[in-house]
Amino acid sequence: MDKVAILTLNVVDGAASLCLLCLGLAIIFGMMRIINLAHGEFVMLGAYSTVVAVHHGVNIWIAMIVVAPLFVGLVGLLVERTLIRFLYGRLVDSMLATWGLSLFIVGLITTIFGNTIDGVPTPLGGFVIGDYRASWYTIFLAGMALLMLGLVYLLLSYTRFGLVARAVMQNPGMAATLGVDTSRIYMTTFALGAAVTGLAGGLLAPVSGITPVMGSAYVAKAFITVVGGGAAILAGTASASVLFGLVNQMAAYLTTPVYGEVILFVAAIVLIRLLPQGISGRFFKGTL
Amino acid sequence: MAGKLALGAQAVAVVAAGVAVAMAPNVLETFDLMQITLFAAMSVLSLSLAFIWGYGGILCFGQTAFFGLGGYAYAVAAIDYGDSTPAIGMAILVPALFALVLGYFIFYGRISDVYLGVITLTVTLILFNVVNSTSGEEYHIGQARLGGFNGMPSVPTFNMPFDPSNILSPEAAWQVTGFALLGVYLLLRILLVSPWGRVVVAVRENETRAALLGYDPRFVKLWTFVLGGAIAGLAGALYVNWGAFVGPTIFSLATASQIIIWITVGGLGTLLGPIVGCVLIQYLVTKIGSQQAFNSNLVLGAVLLGVVLLLPKGVVPSLSGLVQFGFNRLRGDGGVAAPTGQAAEAK
Repeated sequence: MDKVAILTLNVVDGAASLCLLCLGLAIIFGMMRIINLAHGEFVMLGAYSTVVAVHHGVNIWIAMIVVAPLFVGLVGLLVERTLIRFLYGRLVDSMLATWGLSLFIVGLITTIFGNTIDGVPTPLGGFVIGDYRASWYTIFLAGMALLMLGLVYLLLSYTRFGLVARAVMQNPGMAATLGVDTSRIYMTTFALGAAVTGLAGGLLAPVSGITPVMGSAYVAKAFITVVGGGAAILAGTASASVLFGLVNQMAAYLTTPVYGEVILFVAAIVLIRLLPQGISGRFFKGTL
Repeated sequence: MAGKLALGAQAVAVVAAGVAVAMAPNVLETFDLMQITLFAAMSVLSLSLAFIWGYGGILCFGQTAFFGLGGYAYAVAAIDYGDSTPAIGMAILVPALFALVLGYFIFYGRISDVYLGVITLTVTLILFNVVNSTSGEEYHIGQARLGGFNGMPSVPTFNMPFDPSNILSPEAAWQVTGFALLGVYLLLRILLVSPWGRVVVAVRENETRAALLGYDPRFVKLWTFVLGGAIAGLAGALYVNWGAFVGPTIFSLATASQIIIWITVGGLGTLLGPIVGCVLIQYLVTKIGSQQAFNSNLVLGAVLLGVVLLLPKGVVPSLSGLVQFGFNRLRGDGGVAAPTGQAAEAK
């Protein structure tokens, strides 16, 4: 019984981290069709900004929830203005450019901070289920994942910005004809996606090893989840995160964490072969 | 007229390259020879992706998967057989088979370009994770221990075919690598002017139209992909022969990104460009490695960004466009750059 509880908690943890990691990517890739291969580096920048802020005496909660998304959002804004905006509609070039960007950011952070940096302690402490110990932080992550899904849903469904953004993504020419400044919408959406990614980096900072190359561990996972989720950015990302989180954690429990990742990737490739439109292409058609 | 001229110039260039490969040991120091052996091995890898991406239109971000599999297959087979001859065969066969299986999933699933890039990248990262976790006595194939993150040291290098006691000198190893590069280049050149090569390019240009003309794009792409995998595997064997070592970083994101940079810098859709890009970037990385001021990732990233934004066609096509422009100018064509020399021919 205790084992079941702790396994459930692991699955919740896996799904919540995946969901947080992917949400920003789903906004950038799912809505804008920009393949941002520097996504992992945005996560890394979020983690670094949190760590640096904490080391300068900022409260850890403020560092995670305010500093990280703000900083990475600004980086996103800068990147969109100087780089991405020249590459809309040039899919392959945008992939190559963001790949270059990812190398550039890794190099820059290595030059500034070196190959390692002291982490931050995990807040909130733990609790005990039978013979096992678990961390409250896991529960907090799950709550944050749900909260972010909810906030993005509200933003896209019920605000003027959300309406206009969805219109631009559907048909930029028509939206421009109706007087929408599409360039500004792209800029804002990209910055929003970057900020959400930065938040994920901040939240994952206490529970992951922080190095300049940590992003490469996330980028493939995040893409495979978004692709597996399909066109509906929220329903797709959430369902794919739960599915892949479950597969990953159960496989890791039954074998080793390394094979857990392998089985996750293989499962994802098989899923894409079976459902080329992703999960939401089949089950949540027409939802957000 | 110009077409024949270009063909003649190419033949002369190939012969000159052959002579250069044969003569290089008489001119260069051993250290420089080792250096260019590495460049040549990597150029073979660059050509493999240049072919499937530039001509087949297959956006494979994980060409390192086949490169690495080739390297590991060579290392394992060379240790087990004690002879490099069948090992080189294995280095080509194993990645080709892997490409066949993976390609079946991808092309017969009709997965689009973008997803293809993501999936191939994922595959190479999986292999990186798997091989990384194989340290320990229990992970071995025959006599060969996989060694996990430490890699496999002291892999036997090339020997004379079927004569393991006669190991090739660095000079001979250079000649093997150099001629392998030349051979692969010629093979791809000939393939591209053959009917099958034209179908490959047709599928890249317009898949639906090619299908309506009776070709199966899935089939064509699959075999293009397999050939690319086989060549990358050969490159893996050449690379391992150069360093007598293979480790999991061969599968890493950093290696994967370098190949993409070579081709983007050199010029997509050419065979010469990727070789030039490969040598240029490798030379640059070596230079950066010998000083401390700049991180190599920083420079590589900046180079890639700069090329994508400012020189999207790559160095070689831009340069040859410039030469063509100047040539036409001299002949008094009013300086209209003719991409294939048709303007000159029309006279």
